[in-house]
Amino acid sequence: MEMIYLDNAATTPVLDEVVEAVADCLRNYFGNPSSLHRLGIRSEKLIKEAADSVGAVLHVDADEIIFTSGGTEANNMAILGTALARQRTGRHLITTAIEHPSVLRVFDHLKSQSFEVTYLPVDKSGLISPDRLEKEIRPDTTLVSIMHVNNEIGSIQPIEQLGRIIKSINPNTVFHVDAIQSFGKLGLYPKKWGIDLLSLSGHKIHAPKGIGALYVKKGVRLQPILFGGGQQRGYRSGTENIAGIAGLGAASKFIRRELETKSAYLYDLKNRLVAGLKDALPQAVINGSLESGAPHIVNIGFPGMKGEVLLHALEDEGVFVSTGSACSSRDRTVSHVLKAVGVDDRIAGGSIRVSTSYLTTMDEIDAFISILASVVSRVEKYSRR
Amino acid sequence: MEKVILIRYGEIHLKGQNRPFFEKALHKNIIKALSGFPDVKVIKAQGRYYIENFSDEAGVLDALTRVFGIVSVSPAYKTEKDFDTVAHAAVKLMELYLDRQGGDGPVTFKVESRRADKSFPMDSMTLSSKLGGRLLKAHDRLTVDVHAPQVTLNVEIREHAYVYNESIPGAGGMPVGTNGKAALLLSGGIDSPVAGYMIAKRGVELTAVHFHSFPFTSDRAKEKVIDLCKRLTRYCGAVRLHVVPFTKIQQELYEECPDSQLTVLMRRFMMKIAERIAEKEGALALITGESIGQVASQTIESLVVTNEAVSLPVFRPLIGFDKVDIMEIAQKIGTYEISILPYEDCCTIFTPKHPVTHPRLDRIKASELLVDGDTLIEEAVGNTEVIVL
Repeated sequence: MEMIYLDNAATTPVLDEVVEAVADCLRNYFGNPSSLHRLGIRSEKLIKEAADSVGAVLHVDADEIIFTSGGTEANNMAILGTALARQRTGRHLITTAIEHPSVLRVFDHLKSQSFEVTYLPVDKSGLISPDRLEKEIRPDTTLVSIMHVNNEIGSIQPIEQLGRIIKSINPNTVFHVDAIQSFGKLGLYPKKWGIDLLSLSGHKIHAPKGIGALYVKKGVRLQPILFGGGQQRGYRSGTENIAGIAGLGAASKFIRRELETKSAYLYDLKNRLVAGLKDALPQAVINGSLESGAPHIVNIGFPGMKGEVLLHALEDEGVFVSTGSACSSRDRTVSHVLKAVGVDDRIAGGSIRVSTSYLTTMDEIDAFISILASVVSRVEKYSRR
Repeated sequence: MEKVILIRYGEIHLKGQNRPFFEKALHKNIIKALSGFPDVKVIKAQGRYYIENFSDEAGVLDALTRVFGIVSVSPAYKTEKDFDTVAHAAVKLMELYLDRQGGDGPVTFKVESRRADKSFPMDSMTLSSKLGGRLLKAHDRLTVDVHAPQVTLNVEIREHAYVYNESIPGAGGMPVGTNGKAALLLSGGIDSPVAGYMIAKRGVELTAVHFHSFPFTSDRAKEKVIDLCKRLTRYCGAVRLHVVPFTKIQQELYEECPDSQLTVLMRRFMMKIAERIAEKEGALALITGESIGQVASQTIESLVVTNEAVSLPVFRPLIGFDKVDIMEIAQKIGTYEISILPYEDCCTIFTPKHPVTHPRLDRIKASELLVDGDTLIEEAVGNTEVIVL
């Protein structure tokens, strides 16, 4: 059975050229980058090259890239690192209601350490209100952390505008952007947009799992969350995962080639998907907003159905997606994101997330639509009476 | 002086003529349980077994305490039948014991000797008192208390001398395989693995039956049942797990039959299919984890209706148990942590909102006629996947 993989917001297949870069590194660059001899220097150079490639996507310098074990660590490092480094200036932090758990749980922890956290609500499209943000920023606000593209519904926050607002009200407030879903999919201009810290992850852009990075603007202070040998200028101790770093470098090179064309292609896929859905499955509801949404994520709700059942039925046909919301007999919690955008429980419970990549083809989208239509009509009969 | 483990078995003594049969089964099960310890030797002696030639004492003890039929085990020193050597072992053993206890307060003890080999020059009374004397001299903290000692040092003079001061309770019960085979209806829940454990403990070999409703339940639910089964195998040896595709039956029942009866109807189908598999596997009974009144399908009326679906006897070892008691056993046998993983039945679609709690057999049977039961069962049994664990 041909596989149609539409769960790219969860993770992406590793590209051949990335596999080669990783294998080459594992074979030929075993030296510890901190070693003084030439084997170490070779490894160090490889890291520098990868940092160049990552930096090039963001239009920033290589020495502003700190490699981490992934997106979660980058988010933790940015938020904890800023809150702790600047706690004498203030203990007020701002974030949104629809952040990823690797952001929200960090703020939970900081709250328990008597930091004050303001959560910005979102509207039906999943967007925060810039006016509201403006009102919440105070002299003691040390950090604003806002995700660029939401991982569940794909809403895109107007980061450039938000950055301008933050810096105009309190230039000392650090602006962190979780760009894990947008890196490599949308243009990112941290310098122009007033971003101080930006998280990204390798495995969302066809690099392996276990590698990510944090852009740290020159001069931004961070308290480390890992202590040790002082690698990466003390920001992140621990011998570098050079193979992962080489992979992230190779994947960054790939996405940088004609990024705009690639981005446009993802939008084409999305338009095809949405048009097909309208035709074949008029009962389907799009959660979040199509207009303000990312090119590669569509969250589709089927009222009264069960997302997980659809997922498994699709899996049986070789199609892989995510549920839009958790579903289990013991844990009936609806996704905090769908709740925040005001999606009805009946729709939330019957939601699936479809996410594409550059490797997805138009034919796959067409095939997906027809498989989804037949699966829905088959499973629909067994919705709750 | 060599470290050995002494294994005692109890109940199978009662079995008169059958004793060699039970002993052979136990011997085989002990060997199987210790298959992960390559050079270990299992030695049969009069009324007991000895384990020799091991390095991982804790691992071997752990494995042994899960073998049904073993009453208790004791790590012991095996020595020459010579008083000084025996005394040396006794002193060493008590030293280890005192270290484990910690502190420096007084500890009461007594010595118990048994002399099976009458050629040994001291009788057991003399041996005990002389050994006691040695121990008192060697360890200041020890004082004698023959009535309620904190620790008893045992010496047995047999083909060799054995010295031990610890007796660890075994799993009890009877050797698996000595009391036939039964088919366990295994869901992903807390109860059914415990029910299987309890019946296996009586020497019954298990074969397991699980009903899988993909895509309405996930493959993780199946993986979970495989993990549960693996846990059970630590006690009951190899298990053949039958994964029955159940989706079609649920769908047909859902389409054709009254909503409120779905659970009871479904359970009757499960019993019938399990019975068919039991027959194929040479199992003579079914095992379920039902407990009176726990849920709607476990009222007496529901149990009667479910029971009527099959002619094999149905063992329900948990029938009078409270949930907390069941959970306690599940924790002890290591199935609880797996059972509470949230994949049990993600899909509640086929669970009626208002199930009948007092089903009437005539009505249920009438509903059953609304679907082609025989064909459905035939098909489900035919498409059953067997996983050997």
